[in-house]
Amino acid sequence: MTSTSTDSRLSGGRAPVPPEGGAGASLAGTALAALATVRDPELDEPITTLGFVASCVVSCDGRAVVRLRLPTYFCAPNFAFLMVADAYDAVTAVPGVQAAEIILEDHFASDAINAGVAAQAGFVASFDGEAVAELGDLRAQFLRKAVMAGTDQVCRPLVAAGVTPAELLVLTLGAVPASPQLLRLRQRRAELGLPAGDDAPLLIDPQTGERIAEASVPLHLRKARVTRAGLDANTSICSGMFRVRYPDGWTA
Amino acid sequence: MYQKDGEKYFIVDSHMHYWSAGPDNWVKGAEQYAKGWIECFHAYQGLGPAETHWPIEKFMSYTEDDLMKDVFADGHVDVAIFQPTYLKEWYTEGFNTTERNAALGEKHPGKFIANTRFDPRDGDIGIEELRRNVERYGSKGVKLYTAEWNNGSRGYKLSDPGAYRYLEKAQELGIKNIHVHKGPTIWPLDKDAFDVSDVDHAATDFPELNFIVEHVGLPRIEDFCFMATQEPNVYAGLSVAIGGLMHARPKFFAKVMGELLFWVGEDKMTFGSDYGIWEPKWQIEGFVDWQMPDDDDLSDYQKLTTAGKKKILGLNAAKLYDIEVPAEFLVPAQAGTPAAQDDAQLVSGS
Repeated sequence: MTSTSTDSRLSGGRAPVPPEGGAGASLAGTALAALATVRDPELDEPITTLGFVASCVVSCDGRAVVRLRLPTYFCAPNFAFLMVADAYDAVTAVPGVQAAEIILEDHFASDAINAGVAAQAGFVASFDGEAVAELGDLRAQFLRKAVMAGTDQVCRPLVAAGVTPAELLVLTLGAVPASPQLLRLRQRRAELGLPAGDDAPLLIDPQTGERIAEASVPLHLRKARVTRAGLDANTSICSGMFRVRYPDGWTA
Repeated sequence: MYQKDGEKYFIVDSHMHYWSAGPDNWVKGAEQYAKGWIECFHAYQGLGPAETHWPIEKFMSYTEDDLMKDVFADGHVDVAIFQPTYLKEWYTEGFNTTERNAALGEKHPGKFIANTRFDPRDGDIGIEELRRNVERYGSKGVKLYTAEWNNGSRGYKLSDPGAYRYLEKAQELGIKNIHVHKGPTIWPLDKDAFDVSDVDHAATDFPELNFIVEHVGLPRIEDFCFMATQEPNVYAGLSVAIGGLMHARPKFFAKVMGELLFWVGEDKMTFGSDYGIWEPKWQIEGFVDWQMPDDDDLSDYQKLTTAGKKKILGLNAAKLYDIEVPAEFLVPAQAGTPAAQDDAQLVSGS
């Protein structure tokens, strides 16, 4: 089990910041807000709402220590590495933080990942002899899945309201009623460098950014739907496993 | 067999285990992996109903009596198919070997089918071992872990030349069914073990073999569905899908079933309990009682007929393994619902 002290453990929706006064506590709050921008690349959710941040402490002189934990001992090390590295980048970017240590706990590759991120070594160097490629492509691949899942989230209510495939085809992002789902979809598309402005078509190929051909709209929507179903199922399994492992830790 | 509301179901548990994972079987120096592995499996059991959870001690070392009771006496299963998992880098005698399974099977004639395994990185010696296992245990299927560690290597692809050599040899020896683990819990590094595209290539190039993708490619169900809909010899192994979702997350289970029924179809889906992770009893009873809910956001998914459930719970796997099924359990040839998405053009033409 995790080695964090009880007062810094997640409990319900409470933030994993220990009760500590002064500049450190305020910085810890800012650091935690920064950690909320880090997502599990596979589940497309912030690590904070997933419960993965066990604790976040910043000392008065600006030294941050963040403890992360995952649903299983064998969670894929490539995704784990991305989360630890992203957490490091997010926390070190907080004004006032002088140094950050990110500690992934209870994982078979904790040592390699923690040391690799601390040394800013990259994935390949961190797994000497066991990995041959950095993780940019993997991240992009899952971002494209997030775009497809987001397309389902945005299109489903429209279809239910009677919007036809032909109408969807010509719809632009700016013409879709505002919603958190639409905002999220635009953000994911922007991250991939895909068209995300008001004039951009709602339905695009997440690989090329091209508008979907009319004949392919029903299939595109089906693909979006199954992608979202897969993402949801995956999140369900991971959240269930996390709850079994850390019964008090799941907040999403 | 299982009977409910006047309907009789012939049950083939096409994916189950008889492992030995206690500390007495841990490789010195690799204890943390052996322990981590079985604890991870144990957490999966936590996704099933509370009354079916076991203490970790039993979970590590359940006995023959436990298995016979849970799977056959209480679990309704007619024929169970052992899927071996070696993991000899962590478990001295192996986690769940062909030999261990077959020794149990030989004591209970007619109850078990002992699949074997291979690893293309084992070269000529591995081919010889495969031949011996097929001859000795009559194996018609193999279970493959493409992400398993082997002597410094962290995985392989089914489309590697080495793997093709083994597939050719397996086919020659009479193997029909290739169960591929594409699912959670074995770690990929840069090698993306969840990637199912290697199955796509192999399935195209070995049309006489059946490829059963266990755990339906989780966490890549969508990739699996696009691939399976284009390959007539690719099946969806439901182990983990039923055990991990039906009780814990019924809504998402419904969505996964809806997608699989649409893309893959009830003629190419096979039940597997994944015992000892989950007992088959609650899975089978729950699945027979299960129906696509009437919720608005599930309304475009098809319902599952009794004939469809009979196929998934046993008849499909019985066909793959030439298991004789008494007439009272069979369904008429045209019964049930084919995959809505039988037309591969829809995908390949996109």
